[in-house]
Amino acid sequence: MQVTSQLVVAALDEAIPHLACDLRPDVLEGLRCARQGERDERARLVLDQLLENAEVASRDRVPICQDTGTVWACLELGSEGAELVGDPFSEADEAVARAYRDNALRFSTVRDALTDRSNPGDNTPAFTEIRYVPGGGAMLHVMLKGGGSDNASCVEMLPPGAGADGVRDVVIRRVEEKASSACPPLVVGVGIGSTFDAVAGLAKHALLRPVDTPAADPQVAAFEADLLEDINALGIGPGALGGDTTALACHIQTAPCHIAALPVAVNLGCCALRSISIDLEDFERTGELPW
Amino acid sequence: MVAPRRIDLPLSHADAAELRAGEALLLSGPVYTMRDAGHARALECLEHDGSLPFGLEGQTIFYAGPTPPAAGRPIGSVGPTTASRMDFAAPRLYEAGIVATIGKGARGDEVARACRQTDSLYLAAVGGSAALLAKSVTSAETVAWDDLGTEALRRLELVDFPCFVALDTHGGDIYRG
Repeated sequence: MQVTSQLVVAALDEAIPHLACDLRPDVLEGLRCARQGERDERARLVLDQLLENAEVASRDRVPICQDTGTVWACLELGSEGAELVGDPFSEADEAVARAYRDNALRFSTVRDALTDRSNPGDNTPAFTEIRYVPGGGAMLHVMLKGGGSDNASCVEMLPPGAGADGVRDVVIRRVEEKASSACPPLVVGVGIGSTFDAVAGLAKHALLRPVDTPAADPQVAAFEADLLEDINALGIGPGALGGDTTALACHIQTAPCHIAALPVAVNLGCCALRSISIDLEDFERTGELPW
Repeated sequence: MVAPRRIDLPLSHADAAELRAGEALLLSGPVYTMRDAGHARALECLEHDGSLPFGLEGQTIFYAGPTPPAAGRPIGSVGPTTASRMDFAAPRLYEAGIVATIGKGARGDEVARACRQTDSLYLAAVGGSAALLAKSVTSAETVAWDDLGTEALRRLELVDFPCFVALDTHGGDIYRG
């Protein structure tokens, strides 16, 4: 298929207001399940508040969270069958500005992190990436990432000898120290491997996987289940006000790395985790988002 | 769990001292939104004039940057932002007369100390429930710093806004059980 800027812009136009106001169905289901199993009374109150919030947001078309995030768009092109026509993100900034202005979303960017912290008033730029993956087709991942949960994230370069226990220690310490600022129940994205710059990307991509979908590799899936149990044993709970449900899921993405390295990244997703993965072939044909 | 306690704002230091960490509250009355950039400006005013600007003394600060008005409401969505980012300024603002702050997440020891020493409170609202919380806001007006966009100083009028006492005047801390 051919991927054009026009197609990407059409997908962003649809996806941004949808993500701002409609909670991911798997996250919503995760919150509902957590509410069923939660033993702490205050935690049940908080979960009820989050479930009611999702309902109000969707019905009244107002944002789930006032932090409507920065826009991250990642285009995954199948190496056998997808073809780029020009720069697919050439009009992404205009699409973001339009979507944020027209849908009364919050402008949450500054022009430069160090030298000019004035707000451009249009939520630009879009943060974009393009990667090639095996297979055909083209997938556009869009995430509106909130500041609180991203601030609570980290990268650590462990020695290989630290092993799985070292990884566990990084994840648990991070959640213990930062969960209260990251709006739990969390989805905990963990990247293990690759290089210093790329491991954070693995952790971010891990957040795209639906809650209640274990990793394909059984060894990784078992580690995910282990970590989730440890995270929820912390008792931090929804809203960090105590309870059984500190995280809905822990997702791990692994990769090869240098013999001297064990890179680990933790990207925390909040209870309003907003992302969608759009098959552009389907979208081009139907004009519809997958949910 | 006992029913939430109804509290009218502004709160006196004496009334603040009656509340305990963990208590559920429903707030009614005025609060002022202020975030990172606003705190830097409030400190400048404090250093320059020796007092808080815009009649903030005795008031409640809500660490929040709302979305624009929507659904026929004065603001679209509004929820708490991470309170610890304001720790750099909070003790000085409590000393200058702020009685309560509303945010999310654990805070540094210096803030807990300031709450004890000035009979002031830190209240926690649930992050991620901003569409629901916005229903408790009956009016919103920009008081100052409009150039900061969402970070402007706004006066919100609340009715039955749900939150919890996170730091009380006696050293109690909801995040440390």
